[in-house]
Amino acid sequence: MSKENNIKSWYLDNFQKFDKVTNDNLKNLRNDAAVKFGNSEFPTKKIEDWKYTNISPILNNEFVPSPLFKYEVNNLSIEKYKIPNLDVHLVVFVNGIFNKGLSELNDIESGVIIDSFLSQSKINHELISKYSSKLEISLNSFTLLNHTFTYDGFFIYIPKNKIVEKPIHILNIAIDNNDKPLIQPRNLIIAEENTKANIVSEFVGNDGSEYFTNVITDISVSENSNISFIKLQNESNLAYHIDKTDIHQSGSSVFNHFSLSFGSKIVRNDINTKLDGENIECHLYGLYLGNKDQHIDHHTFINHAKPNCMSNELYKGILDDKAKGVFSGKILVDQIAQKTNAFQSNKSVLLSNDASIDAKPQLEIYADDVKCSHGATVGKLDEQAYFYIRSRGVSAEAARSMLIRAFINDVVSEIKIEQLQEKVNHTIFEHLHREEF
Amino acid sequence: MIKIKNLHANVEETEILKGIDLEVNAGEIHAIMGPNGSGKSTLANVLAGHESYEVTEGEIIFNGKNIVEMEPDVRAREGLFLAFQYPIEIPGVSNSVFLNTAINEIRKHNGEEEISAKDFLNRIKEKAKILGMDSSLISRSVNQGFSGGEKKRNEILQLLTLNPKLAILDETDSGLDIDALKIVSHGVNNFKNKNNAVILVTHYQRLLDYIVPDFVHVLYKGKIVKSGDKNLALELEARGYDWIIKEQTELV
Repeated sequence: MSKENNIKSWYLDNFQKFDKVTNDNLKNLRNDAAVKFGNSEFPTKKIEDWKYTNISPILNNEFVPSPLFKYEVNNLSIEKYKIPNLDVHLVVFVNGIFNKGLSELNDIESGVIIDSFLSQSKINHELISKYSSKLEISLNSFTLLNHTFTYDGFFIYIPKNKIVEKPIHILNIAIDNNDKPLIQPRNLIIAEENTKANIVSEFVGNDGSEYFTNVITDISVSENSNISFIKLQNESNLAYHIDKTDIHQSGSSVFNHFSLSFGSKIVRNDINTKLDGENIECHLYGLYLGNKDQHIDHHTFINHAKPNCMSNELYKGILDDKAKGVFSGKILVDQIAQKTNAFQSNKSVLLSNDASIDAKPQLEIYADDVKCSHGATVGKLDEQAYFYIRSRGVSAEAARSMLIRAFINDVVSEIKIEQLQEKVNHTIFEHLHREEF
Repeated sequence: MIKIKNLHANVEETEILKGIDLEVNAGEIHAIMGPNGSGKSTLANVLAGHESYEVTEGEIIFNGKNIVEMEPDVRAREGLFLAFQYPIEIPGVSNSVFLNTAINEIRKHNGEEEISAKDFLNRIKEKAKILGMDSSLISRSVNQGFSGGEKKRNEILQLLTLNPKLAILDETDSGLDIDALKIVSHGVNNFKNKNNAVILVTHYQRLLDYIVPDFVHVLYKGKIVKSGDKNLALELEARGYDWIIKEQTELV
């Protein structure tokens, strides 16, 4: 049997165990997914969308679906993960399972739901089925693996005309007791008409922990809503992280997505948005910082399905040591999507000769009255600026830190929560092992 | 203060400086003038330690030490300052953080304690006032969104705040209107005392109406071909550089 079939059998065997001990509303859905998973394929480098990312290290490991464990989390301290000086709704997950004791959910606006997917699947099953992504036959094995073990994740529902004042901070903590957990959050955000919210989804794990996070997030942004979703990925250096986020935007909505990627050995983020109404604004920002032998892959897809919308995409990366980055940004402008404005920019700085980036912008335009642009640059830190800073007495090391901050500034400064900006800046320097100033 | 002996420097294998000799003592202001392409800016950058220039021969003795092999940040801590012709924007790094880091690096080098937040703020406010700058600029990013004139003024603010022993001003007057020129000159004159020195690199005489040099040197094809007092600058203003070039040709 091939390696791929071996690992598929491993997960299907685990599914049998899992299926025996669970009896809930999601059972049929999972069984359907399991059958499809059995018939699906893990993506290989032969597939265009995966040609720069070799996932075989993930398939070499037998990860254990985390709902099969009971975790002792009594002594878990989460203080260090909190965003300093910021009042939030805190939603804590340990290995993908909601932890009520560690969460802080007070003064939630009436009608707004911030809860776990598992508990809502019992109460709000209909809503969940309506908004969950369909299990198309073309889905790859990672997506179907998540569906096969659909269990927990976060669930956010914002009814019409509601503003969620405090940011929602979702903290996904991974712990590994040498049992190699497979953590598969299944997340859903439903923002009804005329709503506003800032959602921060953070992934953390201690270096040295070995696990696999495989996330699915569906986001529905209705008319006139303004939603920001900021993902902060700071997993263990030995973790694998695969994320598929699908966003559906309706008319006159504004959506900001941030993918801030620091941790993990292999990372793949798929961010797909459909601009399905007029006068929509969509901003996709990304930051990838890689060192050692990290591999960080971002695939974005913006589907301009209706006229008069704008999308703006800015992805920046800093790669050190032997780190490898991938950026593939596809923009599709439908035949009817006249007056589309679509901008895409991808810039990377390589701090070492062994670091590399594969950048692939793709524009597919079927309308004739549009403004679209894209560009990708790769370079080193600006030498003249480096000299300028040092000529004031600043050490070489601190000067490089300042240049790194200058380079990523136009992404970080778009995070409109100042305390979070500070946390992000701090994480950047910590991750690059650079002096912070 | 600084003694430059037979200095030769290359950019990508092309020799730009071809044997410069210059001595600047404490309390003096020297102007380096010359036509475009004569090597003025190269000299300024070589003195500050720019890595794109390679010194192939000669010495730069600054306060008794040969600094030719010294890193630019160490030169700055030793008391050398270059005001850039084209100051760089550093988004995301505030003037305050930038200057505070620089001051403390210099203090550490001199075995002094870090400056207190209060003293730092007072110093910036005092210096900003001399230059007619709003002290709210200290929370803004270094040079980001500044006009050409504001950038030049910010260079002088850095000069006053860091208070080096030797200030090299590379075409600080370029792109300045007359009001800005006066303010910048006022700043430089405020800096100047009997214990420090200034080297002004300039193409035009007009800056020297406001900052009066003790010596004027003409650089041509990588060499100082003529030296004199401030009257030499006036003569250059009146007659241009051609007569010097002609003189040189005749000498050859």
